[in-house]
Amino acid sequence: MSSILQNLVNQPYQHGFITEIESDVAPAGLSEDTIRLISRKKNEPEWLLEFRLKAYRQWLTMEEPGWPNVKYPKINFQAISYYSAPKPKNKLASMDEVDPELLRTFEKLGVPMNERAKLAGVAVDVIFDSVSVATTYKAKLAQVGIIFCSISEAVREHPELVRQYLGSVVPVGDNFYAALNSAVFTDGSFCFIPKGVKCPMDLSTYFRINTENSGQFERTLIVAEEGASVSYLEGCTAPKFDTNQLHAAVVELIALDNADIKYSTVQNWYAGDENGLGGIYNFVTKRGLCKGVNSRISWTQVETGSAITWKYPSCVLRGDNSVGEFYSVALTNHHQQADTGTKMVHIGRNTRSTIVSKGISAGHSSNSYRGLVRMTPAAAGARNYSRCDSMLIGDQCSANTFPYIQASNPAAMVEHEASTSKIGEDQLFYFAQRGIGAEEAVSMIINGFCKDVFQQLPMEFAVEATKLLGLKLEGSVG
Amino acid sequence: MIYQDSRTLLAVRDLRATVNGTEILKGIDLSVRSGEVHAIMGPNGSGKSTFAKVLAGHPAYAVSGGEVSFDGGNLFELEPETRSRRGMFLGFQYPIEIPGVANSQFLRLAYNTLQAERGKEELDPLEFDDFVREKMKLLEMNPDFLDRSVNEGFSGGEKKRNEILQMALLEPKLAILDETDSGLDIDALRIVANGVNHLATRDNAIILVTHYQRLLNYIKPDFVHVMDAGRIVKTGGSELALELEARGYDWVSAEFIASGTPKAEVGA
Ligand SMILES: Nc1ncnc2c1ncn2[C@@H]1O[C@H](COP(=O)(O)OP(=O)(O)O)[C@@H](O)[C@H]1O
Ligand SMILES: [Mg+2]
Repeated sequence: MSSILQNLVNQPYQHGFITEIESDVAPAGLSEDTIRLISRKKNEPEWLLEFRLKAYRQWLTMEEPGWPNVKYPKINFQAISYYSAPKPKNKLASMDEVDPELLRTFEKLGVPMNERAKLAGVAVDVIFDSVSVATTYKAKLAQVGIIFCSISEAVREHPELVRQYLGSVVPVGDNFYAALNSAVFTDGSFCFIPKGVKCPMDLSTYFRINTENSGQFERTLIVAEEGASVSYLEGCTAPKFDTNQLHAAVVELIALDNADIKYSTVQNWYAGDENGLGGIYNFVTKRGLCKGVNSRISWTQVETGSAITWKYPSCVLRGDNSVGEFYSVALTNHHQQADTGTKMVHIGRNTRSTIVSKGISAGHSSNSYRGLVRMTPAAAGARNYSRCDSMLIGDQCSANTFPYIQASNPAAMVEHEASTSKIGEDQLFYFAQRGIGAEEAVSMIINGFCKDVFQQLPMEFAVEATKLLGLKLEGSVG
Repeated sequence: MIYQDSRTLLAVRDLRATVNGTEILKGIDLSVRSGEVHAIMGPNGSGKSTFAKVLAGHPAYAVSGGEVSFDGGNLFELEPETRSRRGMFLGFQYPIEIPGVANSQFLRLAYNTLQAERGKEELDPLEFDDFVREKMKLLEMNPDFLDRSVNEGFSGGEKKRNEILQMALLEPKLAILDETDSGLDIDALRIVANGVNHLATRDNAIILVTHYQRLLNYIKPDFVHVMDAGRIVKTGGSELALELEARGYDWVSAEFIASGTPKAEVGA
């Protein structure tokens, strides 16, 4: 049965194909000239070029972080192409004008964006390589004053908003990859929910990496003004490649007084093959600032892909009574490595945070939870609850938990629980003895294990996530 | 009950099995026909649970010799889950805990899998809830156990009742109940035994594995087998259980060795 365990999770990647669309690819290499080229290609204002150059100059002085519990060959940043865009044939006035090849790609992915958007009531801002090619439902959102567009468009149409908030949560020199992103980001999403507006539908973006060796540097900025609320979904798939692809996104969330932002991710990027060849390097900086009183930021992630994941969606709880949440499922298989977790920084009084992390490791993978809870001296009455559970499938994988607690306020409360379990032969035999095959058994155990996180996902996404884990755990049983 | 015209459900011939290279079962012969209740007794470590798990197909045990036919077919050609679906049930000596999986969900999946196998209608959660609650009454089980994770935090006795509940749901042709009586207080023992008696029919058979005579006061076996060091060393009627209770097991082994049975391999 141990071979069943091994086979169980060996489901080949189903989204592996390359779309043939002419790309406008910058030559490999990074310099101030590259950055000027990107900025010029995108017709950016001077302040943004300055922002980029400042980031770049800081990045030059920085070192790649060595502390994550992951191993990979040194990245040659000069071998990466920092700009690639589908060639703009004409301005697209409607969906009919979208490259049919691209539409087929989405179909293969199971994301018929027009239908899906309408049927599910979801506005999909589609990112294809680095440039937005289609945005739906914008008009409807605009009626209530919501801005949901690509960040490039936002720079053109709402420069004052972008300038005010960009880099305000993740400063340009925050960390090595955030600095790199700030220097070279090409596109991403911008979302602005004005005062008092509850976004009438979930906002959703499908990311997709297409051009081989073009690093992806997405930039997302979401602002919820006083009393506003929004639920944002990010879903990802990528085609199969043998060379590693670097992905270093930055996501910034800002919640003003009484605002509420829910950010959900289902990530299924190419993870490399069974031998650990290829796959995406996912080095992401995601941070939310609960700037106002009673504000709330909630991160939910289901991470199943990428060769390496290095990701800590965090909350800075500055406003009094603000709430930060992190719900995570991270599944690793084969030779995947994940070092993921969160940071909860309590600054305001009576701030509260909840961390629920579920790590599942199979194959030869390594899965680490790394979390920081910091109670600053001002955070009187602050509370944190953390629960980190690991599950091992087979005996060649590993799970680690690195919880860091820095409590400099004696009136703050921090609670941490952790557990490690294993899907063993005896459990599977028990299911088998009741007529239930190994695949179904594992899927039932895993879904039970992840229940607390799946409950946090919007309905549609929860179904998708359950299916995705099932797919990842499906294999050649029998 | 012994019926002259009943069919053979299980025929075990010279069964040998090893775990981690060590031979535990050293040639077992046993024949069970529908309608019968067999008891397998014997000291701790004699191989009773191993025998039960080998029949059910536990992957840790390797069959190293012999033949077993179950319901007319070669048992060893069937995967463990197929054995279950064809009507073999093992009530575990130590039922496994499955955190995070609701008992109701587990029971329903097991039940529906079997229904599908038998070409019968599957039950939705509401229908199943009514159905399983009826079965729970038989075992005087609190319906709260449906919402809890499978066996997690159950007392020894509660786990055993949950096993018999599964037997009641799956209505197996052959139920092997491994030490179902251990960990039960006297009331629970009576309830569980009642449940088992209720489930025994002319068309199925039960193998009770136990090393106490206690259970057999409630469920009367047609045959009592004594296992020692991986073999069945004596077979008798229900009166044998009483004799064992009075005299212990040693005399049986001694008698067996003295008889020089070809399979005894004395000193091996
Ligand atoms: N998985 C195992 N690994 C090693 N030894 C085992 C294993 N299972 C059973 N045994 C050994 O086989 C013998 C019979 O055990 P068991 O079948 O559990 O006996 P019983 O149920 O009659 O008490 C014992 O000596 C026991 O230690
Ligand atoms: Mg035993």
